Amino acid sequence: MSVSRSAARARNRADQALRFILPLAALALGMLAWDLVVRLNAIPSYVLPGPVLVFATIITDWPVLWSSLLVTLTTTFEALLLALIGGVGLAVLFNRSRVFEYSFYPYAVILQVTPVIAIAPLLLIYLPQPAAVLVCAWIVAFFPVLANTTLGLNSVDRNLADLFRLYGATRTQILIHLKLPAALPFILGGLRIAGGLALIGAVVAAIAAGSAGAGSGLAYRIAESGYRLNIPRMFAALILLSIAGIAIFAALSLLSHLILRQWHESAVAPEN
Amino acid sequence: MPASAPKFFANSIVALHGVGKIFDNAVSALDGFDLEIQRGEFVSLLGPSGCGKSTALRIVAGLTEPTVGAVVWNNTEPASRGERGIGFVFQEPTLMPWTNATGNVYLPLRLKGHDREQAAPQISAALTGVGLAEFANAYPRELSGGMKMRVSIARALVTHPRLLLMDEPFAALDEITRFKLNNDLLALWKAMGETVVFVTHSVFESVYLSSRIIVMTPRPGRIFTEIPVDVRYPRDEKFRTSPEYAALCRKVSVALSAAMAAGGGE
Repeated sequence: MSVSRSAARARNRADQALRFILPLAALALGMLAWDLVVRLNAIPSYVLPGPVLVFATIITDWPVLWSSLLVTLTTTFEALLLALIGGVGLAVLFNRSRVFEYSFYPYAVILQVTPVIAIAPLLLIYLPQPAAVLVCAWIVAFFPVLANTTLGLNSVDRNLADLFRLYGATRTQILIHLKLPAALPFILGGLRIAGGLALIGAVVAAIAAGSAGAGSGLAYRIAESGYRLNIPRMFAALILLSIAGIAIFAALSLLSHLILRQWHESAVAPEN
Repeated sequence: MPASAPKFFANSIVALHGVGKIFDNAVSALDGFDLEIQRGEFVSLLGPSGCGKSTALRIVAGLTEPTVGAVVWNNTEPASRGERGIGFVFQEPTLMPWTNATGNVYLPLRLKGHDREQAAPQISAALTGVGLAEFANAYPRELSGGMKMRVSIARALVTHPRLLLMDEPFAALDEITRFKLNNDLLALWKAMGETVVFVTHSVFESVYLSSRIIVMTPRPGRIFTEIPVDVRYPRDEKFRTSPEYAALCRKVSVALSAAMAAGGGE
């Protein structure tokens, strides 16, 4: 019995290791193939730079890329914070007032389904460029928070709600001690989606604004490098954006895990 | 029930007069339901599922409004909900998963505006009362089904309610745990001098616990008969295996079968 259990545990650990090693091996293979294609066909670097040149560019252009990355990340986090406040705030208002919900929920949906790339040029007319980018990032990021929080606020255990009524709880007490804690896993789930979307929104809006010349985020670097046929830098900026996206997702997942690990099934380690 | 009116003011807590409940989907859950709860008694509402016994309990708690009839509280009792001094235990433990046993038991006091420090002695007394003093910091998911139900009972008792309402609280537990909780509940009831209204579909449980059993008919729920259980407390395992207990169970079973036939139930 214990032998088979320890065997199962060892198999589990091997499985975990494979999940980590295999993507890295695939990445290495891909890099090798990329490098070989560029070398064997003698493709010029202004068409397709090899991986070595791209990584060299990340290092040589680091000061420019780093400051651009910071600009993009700042916009992303500002948008994410506003999305959290706006999404949770609106969800709470919708939960409190049916009239308010019926009046405005459709417009939240419309805002979400309209492609942000089409809204960006319009916003750029009325707002200064950084504000327009922020608003675009916010528009795409707030909806998943709103939708998930709404679902969470409505997922309260009926018996618990009855218990609160029995003890004469006020609406504010019900919100703070029952509905928001019950919605917390949903809010964090929405935030995880919103993190990636905020980055996408910030990049898309900055690309739309790119031709206007203002701004210095990574998206602007990509557009600028494209005009100058500086393809290695385009790749370098793209890789940094991917890494930023992964880092945001990982950070939000960790945050969610830390907050929920004591009680929520999603964050509790299985027993065997 | 005019005949019982003088008695009512002496020692009853609450009375239901001609209470009927028809749900929105036209299902009639209760019909002409009269019940008077005396101070200090342990009343069981016994009936098959769907006989409206839970509905009756929810009407007493003020969680459901009756369609017809009245719920009359003894006028010495405070009137507003939340001030009535009701404890309620649901069929599920119904604990908040995001806080530990202490946090869950603290809830009724917190909603009344007590701060945590001030409430701490009451919370630990309630947890000790159900035998969970060592599990004060455990989260619900770390507790067994029986322990979760104990936390739920501690939460209901922490406000020292005058009336404890229990809606099939042990139905989902295994028999060994249920027997243990039955004994502990009787001990708590004796120690605290509460009044208990206990909903169950188990003949054996109702006989073991109650001082009075109300047998109900299904669809719509009516009182079929009332059976007093004149056996002295404290009751223990000796009572559970006694011929007296067996005879009472047989009597209640016969009444329940007759109630189901009368109500046209399956």
